[in-house]
Amino acid sequence: MELVYTVEGGDFNKAGHASSQIKRVLKQLGVPPDIIKRVVVAMYEAEVNIVAHAWRGVITAGVDESGIRVVLDDEGPGIPNIAQAMEKGYSTASQEVRDMGFGAGMGLPNIRSNVDEFNISSVVNKGTVLDFFIRF
Amino acid sequence: MAEGEHCRYYRGLEIMTDLCVGCSHCMKVCPTEALRVKGGKAVIHSDLCIDCGRCYRECPTNAIRVVDDDFDHIFGYKHRLLLVPSLFYSQFEDRIEMNEINRIIGSLGFTEVSPVELGVDYLIEEMNRYIEEAPADSRPVISSYCPAIVRLIQVRFPSLVDNIMTLLPPLEITAQYYKSKYRDAGIPEEDLGIFYLTPCVAKIAAVKDPVGGYVSPITGAINMDLLYSKVMMVHRNHSCTENNIRINEEITSNAIRWSTTRGETNAIRGVALAIDGMDNVMEFLEKVENGDIEGVDFLELRCCDESCSGGILVRGNRFLVADGLHKRASTAPWVNPYIKDFRKYCADYMVFTRVQPRAFMKYGRDIKEAIRKMEEVRNLKHTLPGIDCGACGSPNCEALAGDIVNGERNINNCVFMQIANERRGTLNVDEAIALMEEIWGKRYDY
Repeated sequence: MELVYTVEGGDFNKAGHASSQIKRVLKQLGVPPDIIKRVVVAMYEAEVNIVAHAWRGVITAGVDESGIRVVLDDEGPGIPNIAQAMEKGYSTASQEVRDMGFGAGMGLPNIRSNVDEFNISSVVNKGTVLDFFIRF
Repeated sequence: MAEGEHCRYYRGLEIMTDLCVGCSHCMKVCPTEALRVKGGKAVIHSDLCIDCGRCYRECPTNAIRVVDDDFDHIFGYKHRLLLVPSLFYSQFEDRIEMNEINRIIGSLGFTEVSPVELGVDYLIEEMNRYIEEAPADSRPVISSYCPAIVRLIQVRFPSLVDNIMTLLPPLEITAQYYKSKYRDAGIPEEDLGIFYLTPCVAKIAAVKDPVGGYVSPITGAINMDLLYSKVMMVHRNHSCTENNIRINEEITSNAIRWSTTRGETNAIRGVALAIDGMDNVMEFLEKVENGDIEGVDFLELRCCDESCSGGILVRGNRFLVADGLHKRASTAPWVNPYIKDFRKYCADYMVFTRVQPRAFMKYGRDIKEAIRKMEEVRNLKHTLPGIDCGACGSPNCEALAGDIVNGERNINNCVFMQIANERRGTLNVDEAIALMEEIWGKRYDY
């Protein structure tokens, strides 16, 4: 089953919409609650990353009996130094974004600690592709 | 899904099929989509029913019955204790004194009457410790007070079951206290009947079928609406007979306020939020589940608007009842003289084991099959009109899609599909009428 959502950069009102929808689907499938929790945390963080940093993005979630694979493909400034972005507490978020309670620099590390497979690639001034998998 | 087919859980509500006209009002308001119409009658799916009582409130023909205990059941016991929520007295406003109400309760057959909130002060001590010690991943702690909320979480928010506080609600603490007290007085257990005067259905279900591996010492639940009428009748007829009922009236202001909105949050330390009303609660739990809520230690969540004053078996106006409680609380004492006894008698019972989610697999246990079915549902949703009219006997288009995929409904149960298919010539009028009658019963002669 494939679920596709679009995300607009800067639209914090809708941040979390895609993760809410995915949560509904997984609940109806009877996926164990602790796994759903991890999916929601990882997806929410990744979704907020697009809203806070990128211009726009597409989230594609593929669900089968083995687990859920989520690909977040954004058009945006990209990440010049991925290793640095993976460090806890490192953030390039603007003051405006921080004022809204985001941008604590926990996003990427938090995603990685909740997923079973994690891949990230980025091209500066083009965008970032984040791809993760969580086993059921 | 035939009546009585799903009975894994105790059901506090029952459809009386002779009175039900199959109008579907109940189906449209059920927060867990536990109702359908079939053969012209409403049918409750008890795996999903959380006993919130919304359907009972909505039913225009009073076809929904509360499954309570027969009043005469109390006479099977030598000692008959009634645990009364303070809000019961509040319904009579100032017209009848509390003491007179209690004497009437005595003349109706009870031998002792006590406020059900007597255990609140001890619970406050334990709650403050519990909330302080709760691990980060089970915060905010969610109160175990409202059984409809506990069941809502089990059914609709299973990832939050570990947030539910595993401390007994005051009703059970008070019951345990009296059980021990009677035992210490040398009274055999089988001689004591502990009855709870309930303002709602959810509490009946909670007493009969508690969560967390706990067994309640409460013998039965008495319908508050029924007792209100009985008390009024005796009062009007001046027919209160002499009796020796033992009366305990004195409780603290915290205890009196407990059943009102913010009754719990006002008494505990830390950041605490009180939310009443089913829709408000569901909206907030959605956010908690998404990890959106930070820095809140405790949630007081109540199913009914104005909390228990708005219970479905409360006759008085909910705002006036709650106001009466606040007034009474303002002059009540602050210290519970029995608190030492509570510590002694109840400490061993206070904690129950974790609440289990109600694993209801809408599309079956096999995940591969469930994914296939869900894809089918998604496709059907594009076909169905999306106006959620309920004329198919399911609460909305998505629910109909689910019911079709599960083989419980036909796509032509949708009136729009039916007309389209008649036009296309793939359905004839007789078939359409037969399908409609399967859901709504035979309503017209054609």
